[in-house]
Amino acid sequence: MQSAETQTAAIPIWRDERYLNLLGQAIFAVVILAAGYYLYRNMEAGLRRQGTTLGFGFIQGTSGFDIAETLFEYSRSSTFWQAFQVGLLNTLLVSVVGILFSTILGVILGVARLAANPLVRWLATGYLELMRNLSLLVFLVFWYLGVFLKLPKIKEAVIWPGPTFLTNRGIAIPWGVPTETFPAYRLILALGVLAAILIAAALHARGRRTGKPPLTILWAGASFVVVVVLGWFALPAAPLAWDLPYPEGLRIAGGKIFTPEFMALVSGLVLYTAAFIGEVVRAGIQAVSRGQVEAARAIGLTGFQTLRLVIFPQALRVIIPPLTSQYLNLAKNSSLAIAIGYPDVFYVSNTILNQSGRAVEMITLVMLTYLLFSLITSAFMNWYNRRIQLVER
Amino acid sequence: MSNAAQILPPLAERHTLLGWARKNLFNTWGNALLTLLTGWLVLWSGRALLVWAFTAAEWGVIAANLRLILLGQYPIANVWRLWVSLQLLAFLVGNSLAIWGRNVRRISLALAAAPLLLALLPFGLQPRLWLAGLTFFGIVGWALGRPAGPRQRRIVLLGWAIWPFIFILLLRGLTPPEGRLPLVPTNLWGGLLLTFLLTVVGIVFSFPLGVLLALGRRSRLGAVRWFSIFYIEVIRGVPLITILFMAQLMLPLFLPSGLTIDRVLRAMVGITLFSAAYLAENVRGGLQAIPTGQFEAAYAVGLNGLQTMGLIILPQALRLVIPILVGQFIALYKDTALVAIVGLLDLLGIAKTVLAQPEFLGLQREVYAFISMLYWVFSYAMSYVSQRLEVSLGVGKR
Amino acid sequence: MTSRRVFTLFALMLTAALVLAACGTPTTGGTERIVETVVVTVEVPGAAPAPLPVPPAGYGATLATVLERGTLICGVNSQVPGFGYIDANGVFSGFDVDYCRALAAAIFGDASKVEFRPVTAAERFTALQSGEIDILSRNTTWSTVRDTELGGNFVHTTFYDGQGMMVPADTGITTLQDLEGGTICVQTGTTTELNLADVMAAEGVSYTPAVFEDADSTFAAYAEERCDAVTTDKSGLVSRRTVLADPSAHVILDVTMSKEPLGPMVRHGDDQWFDIAQWTVFALFSGEEFGITSANVDDVLASATAPEARRLLGLEGDLGLKLGLSNDWAYNILKLVGNYAEVYNRNLGPDTPTYIPRGYNSLYVDGGLLYAPPFR
Repeated sequence: MQSAETQTAAIPIWRDERYLNLLGQAIFAVVILAAGYYLYRNMEAGLRRQGTTLGFGFIQGTSGFDIAETLFEYSRSSTFWQAFQVGLLNTLLVSVVGILFSTILGVILGVARLAANPLVRWLATGYLELMRNLSLLVFLVFWYLGVFLKLPKIKEAVIWPGPTFLTNRGIAIPWGVPTETFPAYRLILALGVLAAILIAAALHARGRRTGKPPLTILWAGASFVVVVVLGWFALPAAPLAWDLPYPEGLRIAGGKIFTPEFMALVSGLVLYTAAFIGEVVRAGIQAVSRGQVEAARAIGLTGFQTLRLVIFPQALRVIIPPLTSQYLNLAKNSSLAIAIGYPDVFYVSNTILNQSGRAVEMITLVMLTYLLFSLITSAFMNWYNRRIQLVER
Repeated sequence: MSNAAQILPPLAERHTLLGWARKNLFNTWGNALLTLLTGWLVLWSGRALLVWAFTAAEWGVIAANLRLILLGQYPIANVWRLWVSLQLLAFLVGNSLAIWGRNVRRISLALAAAPLLLALLPFGLQPRLWLAGLTFFGIVGWALGRPAGPRQRRIVLLGWAIWPFIFILLLRGLTPPEGRLPLVPTNLWGGLLLTFLLTVVGIVFSFPLGVLLALGRRSRLGAVRWFSIFYIEVIRGVPLITILFMAQLMLPLFLPSGLTIDRVLRAMVGITLFSAAYLAENVRGGLQAIPTGQFEAAYAVGLNGLQTMGLIILPQALRLVIPILVGQFIALYKDTALVAIVGLLDLLGIAKTVLAQPEFLGLQREVYAFISMLYWVFSYAMSYVSQRLEVSLGVGKR
Repeated sequence: MTSRRVFTLFALMLTAALVLAACGTPTTGGTERIVETVVVTVEVPGAAPAPLPVPPAGYGATLATVLERGTLICGVNSQVPGFGYIDANGVFSGFDVDYCRALAAAIFGDASKVEFRPVTAAERFTALQSGEIDILSRNTTWSTVRDTELGGNFVHTTFYDGQGMMVPADTGITTLQDLEGGTICVQTGTTTELNLADVMAAEGVSYTPAVFEDADSTFAAYAEERCDAVTTDKSGLVSRRTVLADPSAHVILDVTMSKEPLGPMVRHGDDQWFDIAQWTVFALFSGEEFGITSANVDDVLASATAPEARRLLGLEGDLGLKLGLSNDWAYNILKLVGNYAEVYNRNLGPDTPTYIPRGYNSLYVDGGLLYAPPFR
């Protein structure tokens, strides 16, 4: 904002831009620090009036409450800190599953928006316009109360083949439980990964030698599947046994039960985020100019090759940055779980806050958690982005 | 498409629905299958929705609580103040459309007709008159805006700039209960009114804050720059709900003892602080798009730093990012629903209290579908109008 | 072309406004102003009548603030029918809400001079602490921590309650043991949530909690049979049962999981305010004990002979003045709001959808726990 006039020795110190700059910064810093200190003092005084002081010591105290969904052993006699970790893992679970499925649905939507079939195109467009103009929170609440809780009651459960139980207590599906051969099977899984990496490297080397772009993902994936399937039957007993759900007393026992809260949150986030990802994908595909396609055809690439070698890599470059922010939005939006009672990190922290009265500490902790999450995700996506940019140039 | 136009199909297929369908929907086996699948999906879901909406749904809950949903507990004796500010808005919209909206006639007509259509709903006489007033003032604004000169434009822009303040002032009132404009305490603001209010306040106050942050992020002063970056990245890294909780639970602690601000204001502070960080990033995008030649040229004609920024760079940058800002403000409108989680009675919050009324228990679908529709209609209308205006004005392009 | 000029103009105006708003040097302009702008954001909508500052807590300070403001600000619930909720006309009603009206009647002689602030379970104590509300009347349980660490004083129990458990009748569940493996709906941020975990751990019953943010969500989920049972204060269960689709299809188990004395709460440090709030409760009790209702209070005033009734109504002595109020304070309460029985019956009586038998909440002469100290 300063004009860059040339300095001369004659300029007195109070008009010397360097000093003015320094002075400006100093004043600014002092004002900010003073404001911060003032607010901190107010807070300290306020807390003292309430008879508390800041500190994270309380977090080792007994939580006293139960949590519905935990990925590890947790009870009312666990600590607040363990409760927080339960929430953190739940948030990660929702984010990862949500990102996975919203990407799949988003790509389908993006492609459908450009489909030749007008009916498909209209449907995709209509869906997009519907979703993008809804308020996510209102949609989630509606989705949970109006759809998932209106599923059949537990006694009238709809049973699909499998068996899969569809009730408003959750959706129970058969699930594999490890048997005694499972540790050995882990080795085979590792072997499969190793085989995939080796094949990928070999293909890559050959591709570089011959100039023919290899179908790395296909062959590496196939080799992994082959090793894993062969290993399954090679073991004396199957490493996983089916655990089938069955009604027992007040609940459905066995199998894996996805609660309506989890299902509503994940599917709601997926349906909403996919609409935005669909737009990102469409824009990415449209950003590749027609000339590219025509040129690819001209040098004799097939349709699939054009897609794989010309359109896709270029579209990806355009897609990655906005896609990153959509992923981050999904992760942050998962905090709306509080409205439908899924114990994510924000909801659990809110419970801790209420039961311990530690508002300042818990809000700070939650904000730091999300901040860290955002930083890690964007760091990873930046790295990935840089990688694909380099490879293609 | 251009090929298809040249080689005309047989006469029988050219202008018939069937011909069109055969060419576009059933030209290959795969496509036919896709068509049938999507068609079935559309028909099945559409039918289910219509059957529910017209036979199963009990819309009585909406009719009985319409006032609560739209206005919250805003005292009925003071509703005229809301109407007056809406008439002003209608006037401004009409005026602006006359000046800038030459190419969006159809939207203008739809806007003019909308209040009249609403007036057909079973309201009392007074709301109907007010609704008709909206059309009337819109048309008056339109007529006055026809011979638009530069001065007229300046006045209209000024009108847009001060309208939010008039709106807030009228709603809030000035005088004690006996006076002409009795004070309406914020705890009575609710429903759609509160949602709008939070949005308007969020937009109006986050705008200057966001622009300053964007400038601060490009400042050559390290302290200013680092503070701006820190603020923007922290806010953008956390969900809005944590900011709202901070505003509700921590803000009272930060204030000196004895000073309290009420919950609606706290939510407004939270929303403004949140929105400003996103706005700053969008404005920064605009600033970065301005070529350095513009700076150099400005210096060359002797403008100082402040003048360069205020007269040359910022106007261009803001113009560039108007479409993005409109999108951000629409998102803000949808995001205000989060204040319901901290206990405010906005559209979503009032929906919860409606559902607590003994006679309307269990009608979640009806109530939430209705308020979803309210969100959807306004959000869609705003984005549609802004898109059309952008096209006709060529904003967002240089 | 022209439109471009317009936008230039618009941006110019804005920039000019910004520059004018901040009188700092252009160098530091950027963010120094941010701090100021934040403050502006806070103040502009509230500029006209900035909320009255709460004077340092002390004897008489709260009453002075309330009188100066002209209204009482009362923190209430908005989601529990019978205790505090908003009806279709947007009017607050309920047992806790009527207590606030009684207090306003005692102070102003006008039961409508009260402003209701719906507060959530989570923020209610902060709201009381920070002076945002003058009194908290929101089915709040009296407990040690709340009476000490949270900086409040419970005025008196206005409603004796206990935590209970409600189940659909057709499940045949009669004890907590029967809930083995079941799901229980509960509201977060309450003592209920902790009691549930305590009791079930003590009974050795394994269960899954389904925890919700507010009462509405909790009971909506129960109504959809998301849970086998729902737990909260028995009064809450009763009031909520009446608004379920088929109230007779739900039973409240004959177990009491905790004592829940509910009552209004005031800030530490202002004993006069505490006295006013407390004697308002006693005036309601005594009104019922002496048989004074809103209908007959004028007759009683004209013909009262019993000395204590005369003192209560301000005919003898100056009890009201001693509280810092006018001498007809109790008359106003009884005239404008009614006695305890009237308040109770209006909100929780047999004619209401939220009927709860009086039980412990009867006068001591009727075998209940309501017992007011003498008015003298």
